[in-house]
Amino acid sequence: MQVSDIKKKASEMLLSGEVKRVIGWKKGEFDYDLTPATFESVEELEDFVYDGFCGANLSKYLIKESKKEGKTLVFMKPCDTYSFNQLLKEHRIVRDNVYVVAIDCEGKLDIDKIKSKGIKGILSVKEDGDEVIIDTIYGESKVVKGEVMLEKCLTCKSKEHVAYDESMAQGVENVSLDRFSEVAKLEAMTADERYEFWRGELSKCIRCNACRNVCPACSCVKCVFDNDASGVSAKSNANEFEESMFHIIRAFHVAGRCTDCGECSRVCPQHIPLHLINRKFIKDINTLYGEYQAGADVDSRGPLTNYTTDDLDPSDIFGGNK
Amino acid sequence: MKKISLSNISKLYEVISREYDLYAPIKKAGKVNFAKWTDGEEVVFNAQTVRSPKDMFFPQTMDLYSLKMQGKTVEVIDDRSETAPFVVFGVKPCDCKSFEVLDRVFLAEPVDTYYQNRREAGIIVGLGCSAPSESCMCASFGVDNTEPVADVKSYIVDGEMYLDAITDKGEKLLSLIAGLLVDADSTKVDEQKAKTKEINKKLPLQNLDMTRFTADNLNEIFNEEEWEGLSEACLACGTCTYVCPTCQCYDIRDFKTNDGVKRFRCWDSCMYSDFTKMSAGQPRNTQMQRFRQRFMHKLVYFPANNDGMYSCVGCGRCATKCPISMNIAKVIKKLGGKHND
Amino acid sequence: MQEVKEYTPLIVAFCCNWCSYAGADLAGSSRLSYPANVKIIRVPCSCRVNPMFILKAFQRGADGVIMCGCHPGDCHYTSGNYYARRRMSLLFSMLDYMGIERERTRVEWVSAAEGAKFANVMNEFAKTINELGENKRLEDLRCK
Repeated sequence: MQVSDIKKKASEMLLSGEVKRVIGWKKGEFDYDLTPATFESVEELEDFVYDGFCGANLSKYLIKESKKEGKTLVFMKPCDTYSFNQLLKEHRIVRDNVYVVAIDCEGKLDIDKIKSKGIKGILSVKEDGDEVIIDTIYGESKVVKGEVMLEKCLTCKSKEHVAYDESMAQGVENVSLDRFSEVAKLEAMTADERYEFWRGELSKCIRCNACRNVCPACSCVKCVFDNDASGVSAKSNANEFEESMFHIIRAFHVAGRCTDCGECSRVCPQHIPLHLINRKFIKDINTLYGEYQAGADVDSRGPLTNYTTDDLDPSDIFGGNK
Repeated sequence: MKKISLSNISKLYEVISREYDLYAPIKKAGKVNFAKWTDGEEVVFNAQTVRSPKDMFFPQTMDLYSLKMQGKTVEVIDDRSETAPFVVFGVKPCDCKSFEVLDRVFLAEPVDTYYQNRREAGIIVGLGCSAPSESCMCASFGVDNTEPVADVKSYIVDGEMYLDAITDKGEKLLSLIAGLLVDADSTKVDEQKAKTKEINKKLPLQNLDMTRFTADNLNEIFNEEEWEGLSEACLACGTCTYVCPTCQCYDIRDFKTNDGVKRFRCWDSCMYSDFTKMSAGQPRNTQMQRFRQRFMHKLVYFPANNDGMYSCVGCGRCATKCPISMNIAKVIKKLGGKHND
Repeated sequence: MQEVKEYTPLIVAFCCNWCSYAGADLAGSSRLSYPANVKIIRVPCSCRVNPMFILKAFQRGADGVIMCGCHPGDCHYTSGNYYARRRMSLLFSMLDYMGIERERTRVEWVSAAEGAKFANVMNEFAKTINELGENKRLEDLRCK
């Protein structure tokens, strides 16, 4: 699968009139600052890119785009299709107005990880197999790809698409780490250590709402935190309580619907490992109510909109409680 | 000019912190932000802080006053306290410039006394740049990244920090630590400055053309069709505004405590849907309008009212932090003038 | 001199209208005692309890929060308490994960006929919270 093939597909479909617009990634000022964009003509497709910096999940844009007139062609990586399915399940996307083309993903790069290695003045970033070659005004650097991949890609859940109209994917081998190992590490700590860990992380939060606004599961028309009538609306964290509350409530609201796409952690300007909050819910759901992957299908009931009569009581789960 | 070896610098922090609250770029949970220095904290000078130092004078939330209800009486309590003098260490030239922008807003009549209070109490130690990054645009906004405008300017060359007082406040600070400093000449600093200026020439965003952003072109730029395309992927989060050193919009809100009300102000973001919402409705209904507001404010409205001073210092934080990588550089390149490619 | 406040824990109990709220009533009319610092909030069903309620109770000064509902299978609305059970299991687990003492939150099933159980549960929970001390990890200083 070549980028030129993807572009060719896009221009063919635009020219034939089958689709009115294409959603993809648009080239930026540098190699790494791509922006999700819609392309409506073959000329505009000049700026279409698909490379290691296309980490952005495009599925949420379909809420808006699929309500426009005419079909929208969208290129999706495997993890994006989970979010897409979940949005379909929640009736947020008009399926008939979308044409999904599945494309391969070999794991995306994290520019912040590259920069945190002290690499500055970046002129270009090129992938070469397992290596990433970065040319800077201060000289060339080479890093191992595994060290600068997005957190979500290191623990990739699947290289298989779960929804598409047409596939251009040839399949990629998935070599990823166990996504629950970090959660387990935290669980193994004492309560005091966990408290310290989360205080350290959450105290960085600037309440920019990037995690919420990028999240495909956060598609409420009006969020409780924006609604003045809710009593909890806020534009900043006034204190530690609000820091914790915002993230607990947000994660709870997407529990059972979060596909673990990892966008929250990717966009956090302070690199708070927000995925560890979501994954804790996923891990608990898996152990208590059976394996469940949100977005794997479009018709199953989510774990929090379902129950069995022999579910455990909280007091059974937390032995020390009684 | 004076100097001190970096291996000795924690002593300097210690002496200052005995007299003042000392804030410095400190690495915590993997990220560098301005924070209060206490013994053992890791001070990092070669990275850009995620949050800008505007927090020092214009914190994200600030109590204004509170009301306490008891029976039928309401007590009004002034939550303000005199701000104790404090020192901010390691402020980059672009961030130093941002205080000038904020002063224009908060120290113009009517003076914001909450801001003024802190501004007068703060002593800023600027730090000259030696390794600017590709996202740096300071030169485009008239900032010389080798000359921090502050109370004391400092430079780090070859494991030594050079310090030079500029203002009286700065003199006072340096006299406090005089015992730790030795006299130095500026040869090495000048060499570094020359080197940095050479690097600036190689940076892609240091020479943006902004000639079109004038008050005369206001309507023309405002009505540009390009705004649609530029803003289409905007998530409406507040990252750009909250990491920005010059964004100064705030909201005043009430918090109902158990026995009264606390009135506080907090940062607001023009990216949010309820920004400047009034009882009559919403002046900017679409994300495009809100997105446009941010850049028009920075590049057109603000300079028109402030002798041509842009409300952007080119620090590049928005460029590195935006979740969709849309930023002021891309806007300037699209709309700024003919000479941007 | 600053006044030193004596610590009396505040406990918030969310009680289902159809069972435990009546259970509390029965405890009262049977003259069974339970601590006065247990503040009951009546809800139409345990399922009405939103995670935000629990957090807000802590914010407003609670040191312990307990949710009481109908015994599984006895929900007035057939299945509300089953949903509530899943929600609270996940929420409590999350609070624990964040380092907040797991003893501070609890779920108990108390029917309208179990006045004695209600009093026992509250006495015992109040004792636990008393031993735990003040809620510091989910406090909001503005509400102190």
